[in-house]
Amino acid sequence: MAARQPRVGLFATCLVDLFRPSVGFASAKLLQDAGCEVHVPVAQTCCGQPAYNSGDRADTRAIAEQVIEAFEGFDFVVAPSGSCASMLKKHYPGLFAGDAAWEGRAQRFSDKCHELVSFLTDVMMVRDTGASLDAKITYHDSCSGLRELGIKDQPRKLLANVRGLELQEMKDSDVCCGFGGTFCIKYSDISNAIVTKKVVNIDASGADMLLAGDVGCLMNMAGKLKRQGSSVEVRHVAEVLAGMTSQPPIAGSGK
Amino acid sequence: MELAAKHFKASAAKALVDVQLQKALGNVEKGFIGKRQKAAAALPEFDALRDNARDIKNHVLAHLDLYLEEYERKVTASGGIVHWAETAEDARRIVLEICQKAGARTVTKGKSMITEEIALNDHLSANGIEPVETDLGEYIIQLRGEHPSHIIAPAVHLNKEQVEGDFRRVHTHLPEGRDLSDPVSLLGEAREVLRQRYFAADVGITGANFLIAETGTSVIVTNEGNGDLTQTLGKIHVVVASIEKIVPTLEDTSQILRVLARSATGQDMSVYTTFSTGPKRADDPDGPDQYHVVLLDNGRSAMLGTEYQDMLRCIRCGACMNHCPVYHAVGGHAYGSVYPGPMGAVLTPSLNGIEETGQLPNASTFCGRCEAVCPMRIPLPKMMRHWREREFERNLTPLTGRYGLKFWAFFAKRPKLYRLAVSFGVPLLSVFGGSSKRFRSLPFAGGWTRHRDLPAPEGRTFLQAWAQREALKQEPAQ
Repeated sequence: MAARQPRVGLFATCLVDLFRPSVGFASAKLLQDAGCEVHVPVAQTCCGQPAYNSGDRADTRAIAEQVIEAFEGFDFVVAPSGSCASMLKKHYPGLFAGDAAWEGRAQRFSDKCHELVSFLTDVMMVRDTGASLDAKITYHDSCSGLRELGIKDQPRKLLANVRGLELQEMKDSDVCCGFGGTFCIKYSDISNAIVTKKVVNIDASGADMLLAGDVGCLMNMAGKLKRQGSSVEVRHVAEVLAGMTSQPPIAGSGK
Repeated sequence: MELAAKHFKASAAKALVDVQLQKALGNVEKGFIGKRQKAAAALPEFDALRDNARDIKNHVLAHLDLYLEEYERKVTASGGIVHWAETAEDARRIVLEICQKAGARTVTKGKSMITEEIALNDHLSANGIEPVETDLGEYIIQLRGEHPSHIIAPAVHLNKEQVEGDFRRVHTHLPEGRDLSDPVSLLGEAREVLRQRYFAADVGITGANFLIAETGTSVIVTNEGNGDLTQTLGKIHVVVASIEKIVPTLEDTSQILRVLARSATGQDMSVYTTFSTGPKRADDPDGPDQYHVVLLDNGRSAMLGTEYQDMLRCIRCGACMNHCPVYHAVGGHAYGSVYPGPMGAVLTPSLNGIEETGQLPNASTFCGRCEAVCPMRIPLPKMMRHWREREFERNLTPLTGRYGLKFWAFFAKRPKLYRLAVSFGVPLLSVFGGSSKRFRSLPFAGGWTRHRDLPAPEGRTFLQAWAQREALKQEPAQ
């Protein structure tokens, strides 16, 4: 362990910033409990994925430069989202390929970036966050975190040590929920067909709470569950791991 | 077939409410995925084989000209004839000439996506030659006047009741009261009908899964043996294959074969793997008198050296579509192109241009499951994104989307302005959300709220709330 506390820049992500500040506070608490010094730079907006996945390279790069400038001074950059963390870690370097001034800088930045839960388990070696919650939960593996960053066991290991919590795996927990960023607006009907299948699996799991590591996917699934009158509550995994569940769940509680 | 990719949204909307189709698509999810998973898990070196397979094809693509010339020399040496076809039209003309020269009236066909790509059946029919598809799935869709909805399971969009209806409609020479209630009886009837056609055919046309440069051999894999009958019973065997099917050696072929069937159907090997080298030799018991290979480019050489080159590694196993949530939702026909699913979303714009096909690479959640199962490790989402970039550069994307994106990007690039805008907007939206904490509908968010509620923001933004908390912490110290 380093003598001083690792300095972590918390990249809150735009959806947490706008829709779900609880996740930001929960992330900060988890990082602090793990021994990190947490900073939240004001010069953050979004990781740039909406532009990146719409083919707008110029705006993506402008946003990426801004994120790198705001965060490269920290020991680590942590985001409570597999999708945004993967954007920073896996996709930023490619934006600067062949640019002598930026290429190395983007790569060094990329090396510091982590998704929250895997950072806690794999870098800070956290085994138990000390939380307890009486609930039967099911866990959705969001695509980018799962397939680009290999996040699968990490949240389950930490959840296993939450007192009172029982994990009920759903069928096809690793299948896309149909969110896909702008996809869910551009191809609304197809997105609906995909999330409809997901919600069937969530309901069939018998869990009374759905957790995942990405607010985008959670908003999509919560929105569908509530539209269908389900009483399943939806939260970001960080809220449960931090023991911060006093806020109403995403999209509210009840039917 | 006519390219209808620009109608993707409308076709998808129809597919989503097609009860029969949705029932059939359930089989794709149930059937292929578990079988592939089992087959991959049973082979410890599966992932290492995928790396090998990728490396073999990368090597071929880096030296494609050399291997093609070597292949042609070997085919010629074994008594076959290679025809070079730069375009689909060239390939159609060459095949027709071979058939006409032989005085052919009917040709049998093994399953071949390349002949779909060049629309060979229509061309032969228009010139008085009857093409007969011999793969069961292909035969069924030929009876229905349809195109394949899947590259290895062309009739996967159909249910057995629909097939029974088609057989009763077309096979009118058979007794009306016969039992066609299960797949086995359907298969038996197709086999009986097709058997007569093999003997009557003058030419047999197949595709190729591999063309081996070392030996001048073409290889097909099938599960029904129809390909073997097609290519051995006719007087002439015509192979139609695209240039990237080349592999250097027999050893390379066996390496890739080990990942092909496992990825496709979860079999260790397909039931039949058939190697064809040249026409019948003097002491061969059977085989065709003539062996032709039509080598099709049709836009592929233009992909070499571009960001789409990796697509040429594709061995057409279908794993990407078998695992695609969008394909599961809408099926193959909605894509309006010969090649559906993720591989089609990359290949179709490469072959047909992005102008008419832009919908395809956009209709993906980028969930990455296709890349995760691709035996050739083709980075499909990355290449779909490259197509979106080409589209965006050329201003081909819809105006509303572009303006919306530019409006958002203007703020996203200016953190101070962004903070100002969201610090007013978000709390306001939160208040409107009320006690239910969600919206059933919201102006400008119809794309979202048509199908699901929109969770309301909690209150202030995280950065506002964080700054306030930090300020409070500082106060006692001051």
